[in-house]
Amino acid sequence: MYRYDEFDHQLVGDRVKQFRGQVERRVSGELTEDAFKPLRLMNGVYLQLHAYMLRVAIPYGTLSSKQLRMQAHIARKYDRGYGHFTTRQNIQFNWPALDKIPDLLEELATVEMHAIQTSGNCIRNVTSDQYAAAIDGEVEDPRIISEIIRQWSTFHPEFTYLPRKFKIAVTGHDNDRAAIKLHDIGIVIKQNELGDVGYEIHVGGGQGRTPFIAKKMADFVPKAQLLAYLEAVMRVYNMLGRRDNSYKARIKIMVHETGEVEMRRLIEAEFAKIDASQMLAVPQAEIDRISAYFASPEFETLPATSPALDAAKTQDADFARWVRANVVAHKQDGYAIVNISLKPIGGVPGDATDVQMEAVADLAERYSFDEIRVTHEQNLVLPHIRLDDLKTVYDALNAHELATANLGLISDTIACPGLDYCNLANARSIPLAQEISERFADLDRQYDIGELKIKISGCINACGHHHVGHIGILGVDKKGTEFYQISLGGSADENASIGTITGRAFTEETIVDAIETVVTTYTDMRQTDERFIDTFRRVGLDPFKERLYAE
Amino acid sequence: MAQHSSKGARFQAVTANRLSDGEVVYLTADNQWAETFPAADIADGPEAGDALMARALPADFELHVLEPYLFEVLQDGTDYKPASVREIIRAAGPTVRLDLGKQADAKRES
Repeated sequence: MYRYDEFDHQLVGDRVKQFRGQVERRVSGELTEDAFKPLRLMNGVYLQLHAYMLRVAIPYGTLSSKQLRMQAHIARKYDRGYGHFTTRQNIQFNWPALDKIPDLLEELATVEMHAIQTSGNCIRNVTSDQYAAAIDGEVEDPRIISEIIRQWSTFHPEFTYLPRKFKIAVTGHDNDRAAIKLHDIGIVIKQNELGDVGYEIHVGGGQGRTPFIAKKMADFVPKAQLLAYLEAVMRVYNMLGRRDNSYKARIKIMVHETGEVEMRRLIEAEFAKIDASQMLAVPQAEIDRISAYFASPEFETLPATSPALDAAKTQDADFARWVRANVVAHKQDGYAIVNISLKPIGGVPGDATDVQMEAVADLAERYSFDEIRVTHEQNLVLPHIRLDDLKTVYDALNAHELATANLGLISDTIACPGLDYCNLANARSIPLAQEISERFADLDRQYDIGELKIKISGCINACGHHHVGHIGILGVDKKGTEFYQISLGGSADENASIGTITGRAFTEETIVDAIETVVTTYTDMRQTDERFIDTFRRVGLDPFKERLYAE
Repeated sequence: MAQHSSKGARFQAVTANRLSDGEVVYLTADNQWAETFPAADIADGPEAGDALMARALPADFELHVLEPYLFEVLQDGTDYKPASVREIIRAAGPTVRLDLGKQADAKRES
């Protein structure tokens, strides 16, 4: 885990003091709301339907037990006893009072956390692969370069007033769990034939009202040149990105309108302008310092199999199902990656109570080298659990309703907060996620259906990633009433694709039946072991459309 | 600011969020900000709506509330209710957490 140095501490501490003063001036009337709003947004404070919302950054989704315990403390002291993990690997609190937020941020800073880069038209909190440093086949731990990008981009004066927000994701693995092709910049760490490590760069992906898959702009940027290359991309965007229309201001629109070839030429021309002798390069000593924080834990030498685990699976069928669904092979013999589903049947996707957060923190401290990860699919991960400890960990999770065995299945839905909380939403998302998970509650049926990712957004801003759901659902408003539009065939992984809308929207009463129709159309048509997304890609939209809109 | 009232709306009320904690509030007949929808002053007709909104704009309200706006209200027998799902949810609380928001306060008081 990265630890703050004196500069980080000072930066965050000064920011809290500055914000405290700004809040005081707003409350005293010295600042108008128009003047204050951009300041609070730069500190992660939004206004939602019922209250303010504070979004706390979890850089690249990595937390220590101490940091997670602090989230539990904040939930209890400043909020209503829970937090909401987001698709940006962050956590949101839905009820903090404005005048208490400076105190909250001061407490947060004691565990080296803040709300910087969680809002505004800056480079946002960098996201990454939740299995970093635990999964086999990784070129390099993506959190090292993510941390360097975090430090480089924090308060970067040139990139603080961009045309629009800017999101960067990094993966070190060919299996993309960070949705890098749906980001403004997606970085894949690669090794070339000479054995050198560098970066494949994708630019111009994104969702919102005009979704695009990112275009590959560079096959291999050498390690030492990455920040200079990113600087070139940012400069081209900062100079030519549209500022006249916020709906057209993201870099994805610029890439689309400029064209892939011209965009690449512009970036390369800008990159070429950067004098090699003055190129922004991180000193090796600093890279070594940061890398050391991400050194591999001291794993024990263990056999690849565990008789204790095998015996427990035989004795406890529920445990065996959980292992099958939620536990992933680790790079180190004798260890496993544990996914904690925050999607209990009928629950709110991504929500965790203070007590649940503390329970996970305790498990991480005791069994997972003090590490927790947040996934963009709104779940948690204990990255390094010994096979021998799996049953103990499972029992503890189960006692806190954290052992739902549904990872990647139909009830493991991404859902934005929607009209239950969000000021921008047109329709509710959470109740739909709840109804779908209740309709498909039978785990055997879920296993039979197999991998199926449903993603629900309550408005076109697409925080619930509906464009890249195998089944995407978009809530729309028609004269104050909620309707739901279905799209099929989206995917956020290395074979990223944008879903296709099936046709007219469904009502609140008919949408869950419509989802069931989509699922049975798939199960009727699939070939042996064929996943939903593969069946869809083989047969196309028409069979689904025919069944959905049959009179 | 999104439009929360349709052109043909007959009845309207003014809502905002309280500065200190973001609580949903409504402008009352005596120019106070109340936490519950039934306390809201209801304007009948577009001109009365404009007049109601004008009462929400004085500078001293900047100290207490933010982003006031008009929203459509429907007559329901002798009572009124917000017209849109959005305003029904703002008046009550999250539909997925009945233990939170105004709906929970009302339950505790009854």
